[in-house]
Amino acid sequence: MNPVFYILAVLTLAGGLAAILLRSLVHSVLAVTAAFAGLALVFLQLDAQFAGFAQILIYIGAVAILIVFAVLLTRSSELPKSGVFSNTWIVGLVIAAGVFAVLGWAVLESMSAVPQQAAVPAVTVHDIGNALMGRYVLPLEIVALLLTAATIGAVIVAMHEKEGPK
Amino acid sequence: MTGFATPLANYLLLAALLFAIGLAGALTRRNAIMVLIGIELMLNAANLNLIAFWRYGPHPEALTGMMFAIFSIAVAAAEAAVGLGLVIAIYRHTNTTDLDKMNRMKG
Amino acid sequence: MQEMISFAPSSTSSMVAQYLWLIPALPVAASGLIALLKQPKRRTAAWLAIGSLSLSLLLSLVAFGHVLAGWTGGMVVRETVNFAWIHFGYTAVDLGWVLDSLAAVMLVMVSFVGLLIFIYSVGYMAHDENFTRFFCFMSLFAGAMLGVVISNSMLLLFMCWELVGLTSYLLIGFWYQKPSAAAAAKKAFITTRFGDIFFLLGIVWLFSQTGTLLLYNHGAGSLEGMALGNLVAQHAALGLSAAGAIGLLIFAGAAGKSGQLPLHVWLPDAMEGPTPVSALIHAATMVAAGVFLIARVYPLMQIGAQPGGTTAALTVVTWIGAATAVFAALIAVGQNDIKRILAYSTVSQLGYMMAGLGLGGVAVGMFHLITHAFFKALLFLGAGSVIHGCHEEQDVRRMGGLKADMPLTFVTYAIGMLALCGFPLIFSGFWSKDGILEAAKHWSVAKGPFYLLVFGALLTAFYMTRQVCYVFFGHWRGHHPAHESPKVMTVPLAILAFFAIVLGAIGTPAWPWFHAFLEGRAVTFSWHGFAEPGLLALMLTSSLVVFLGLVLGWWIYGDKSPKPEAQDALEHAAPWLWAGLRDRLYIDEFYGVTVLAFYAWWGRVADWLDRRVWGGIVAAVAWIFGLWAQLVRLLDIHWVDGGFDKSCEELSTGGGILASVQTGRVQNYLRILAVAVVVLAAILLWGSRP
Repeated sequence: MNPVFYILAVLTLAGGLAAILLRSLVHSVLAVTAAFAGLALVFLQLDAQFAGFAQILIYIGAVAILIVFAVLLTRSSELPKSGVFSNTWIVGLVIAAGVFAVLGWAVLESMSAVPQQAAVPAVTVHDIGNALMGRYVLPLEIVALLLTAATIGAVIVAMHEKEGPK
Repeated sequence: MTGFATPLANYLLLAALLFAIGLAGALTRRNAIMVLIGIELMLNAANLNLIAFWRYGPHPEALTGMMFAIFSIAVAAAEAAVGLGLVIAIYRHTNTTDLDKMNRMKG
Repeated sequence: MQEMISFAPSSTSSMVAQYLWLIPALPVAASGLIALLKQPKRRTAAWLAIGSLSLSLLLSLVAFGHVLAGWTGGMVVRETVNFAWIHFGYTAVDLGWVLDSLAAVMLVMVSFVGLLIFIYSVGYMAHDENFTRFFCFMSLFAGAMLGVVISNSMLLLFMCWELVGLTSYLLIGFWYQKPSAAAAAKKAFITTRFGDIFFLLGIVWLFSQTGTLLLYNHGAGSLEGMALGNLVAQHAALGLSAAGAIGLLIFAGAAGKSGQLPLHVWLPDAMEGPTPVSALIHAATMVAAGVFLIARVYPLMQIGAQPGGTTAALTVVTWIGAATAVFAALIAVGQNDIKRILAYSTVSQLGYMMAGLGLGGVAVGMFHLITHAFFKALLFLGAGSVIHGCHEEQDVRRMGGLKADMPLTFVTYAIGMLALCGFPLIFSGFWSKDGILEAAKHWSVAKGPFYLLVFGALLTAFYMTRQVCYVFFGHWRGHHPAHESPKVMTVPLAILAFFAIVLGAIGTPAWPWFHAFLEGRAVTFSWHGFAEPGLLALMLTSSLVVFLGLVLGWWIYGDKSPKPEAQDALEHAAPWLWAGLRDRLYIDEFYGVTVLAFYAWWGRVADWLDRRVWGGIVAAVAWIFGLWAQLVRLLDIHWVDGGFDKSCEELSTGGGILASVQTGRVQNYLRILAVAVVVLAAILLWGSRP
């Protein structure tokens, strides 16, 4: 019964809930940032330090900023007249509840098969670096390519169209 | 400072709840950017699942779970970038980000 | 009449018999070829017709020689060639031809007289524009007549019989632009057709009773022993046996074709055709076909007779023949058209022939037929020569004195006339007619026919003398002077005149070669033939009758040539009798009132039925069908089309409904995705529960 976990869990969930319930989009972004942070701390609690810091760097440092820029560029900070929720928001809610029910049921059903204790894996950044350059070099390069393509694609897609056909 | 006291199930339930919240957001909000935010939440929940299982499972390979999660984060970031770029482009065309209004692909 | 088949029969077919079919086939082929000629080619047509008939004559002479050779060798020649034409079920329709003495003499006579008439026609029809059509039809007629002669199958005989009737119709109506000619042709065809109905009934009855259409078939034919025995044993009606009844039915057909008493009305009207047609068809050959038919089926008519007696069928034939002879001779007295006199004379002589068949048998009747063919053809061709020479004048009251202007015609015509009258001893007609009179004298049933025939001989001499006086004696009463005919016309006359004299020799009692040949027995020349009791007396009597007629005729008409408008001498004496004779004893008028009126009425009834009743039924059925069609159309529009349209609509709507899933909205797609994943996961998890 570790209270740290519960505090972090509450933080994360509150942030997530706030993100989807708040009407102002900018507020939602801030809330989701809080959720990201909570999750980073959970990672740290799970002895996945690299993952936690990577989470902070990338999600909070890049993704959230990106979302904010997008909000600004699409003038979504103004509240729309017709409400922020879809006309058929109940259907979505029900479906999400259904998904949670299934997942939860799966977890609870298989609790007996879950291992209770495990040794802390001795993972250092040094090991991660070696792995990235050794065993996981191919996925690394592919992800690099992917990121390059994504960057170029995003730039092209979001660019102002030049006057006249080209 | 160990996570032994909290059973794995708690982390998994947290991840499931966070996933459901993200899904709810993606399915019920009008704004396209909100959908993307929901998707990010879902991805994060999945990452949490991965790390939890890495932490609690046997370790024949010490790094697999962590690497999976890291790559997932990287790809998520790329996807967020492209997705938001698309939303901006669509906004330029239709001057709206309301998903209810974007039904030109309807059959 | 004695049955003296003392020779051994021979019935194997020789080469001659195998090729006998060529004799009728050649003229028919010639007719077909002439019909196909493009422009009227007179010389080609004439050569084809005359050439084919000459070949037929040649082959007929060969056949005759073959039969003659057999006869002199002591055999009764009767060769048949039969074959089955159509098979159906167990039976077959048989056709075939026969070569025996009867067929042989007829073949020679028909082809010889026919050839002479063809040659004559080249001159007579020279100015006619339908020369080729004439020879086409004449050739077809010749072929058909020869076919009748050699036929061994009743069906083939009937077919050729009808073909003969058809060509007669075509030739009588040759100048069809003349309404009288067209009407005469129709009358001839319909009257003979009426007789042919009974003929066909007879054929059908015969076929059904005997099971075969063949007359002679090595013992299995309908005129041979077994079949005849069956026929005579059955009773038909009125005391007749089946054989007798069939014989009478066949006689009805022969009566139509040969102009016997009730059905004679077409023959005089048939004079509308060209004179060669009258000579060939209505004097020598076609009208003789009826007599030939009775001769051919004679076993049928004769079977059942007691020796020395006769059958009912033959009695009927005799009486009708005798009555016709006198009746027609009476009418001939009152006629003024040269051809009409000869036409009634022909009817009268046909009556003699039929009476001869009934009284004395095949040979007696056939001998008169042969001699009559020659001198009647001679008389008609002579009349044609006269008409030609008088510039198409046919009324005897406008002729006269031609014995000086047309001497050759006069001499040959006189020979023919004397032969017809039966001038004693020199001319053939005397011997043939006397044969009939002798048979009549010895007839066991009654003496009536004998007196009738003698009276007929008197009348014959009288009216022929009247005609010859009007035409050849006295002075010319016409408009333009007459001239003699060209050689192509007078040479056949001379040839016929020669035979009119000479043919008598083969039938005299001293040497009855003809009778022996036909009956298949031996013959020798012997003056004792004249020693039969009563024969010389009869010859004397008939000679006296002829002289009486000639003298009477000369006394009344002689060299006087009364004006055409003046009354005839007899008319002056007995006007009502003369009117009756001139108006043909009102037979045609009688038919007009009875038969024709009935037909007209029946035609009106049939028309009414056709238009109102049958037409009404057809219209009603059509209306019902129309209604049905409307109903089906409605069904089609509302049910079929409607149903189809509706289902298409439903499909469209369904498609629309299904398509509404594609909202084009991303969130909906996401939702569906999520639902799908949930369902899948649930199924998997449920399935893998421990």
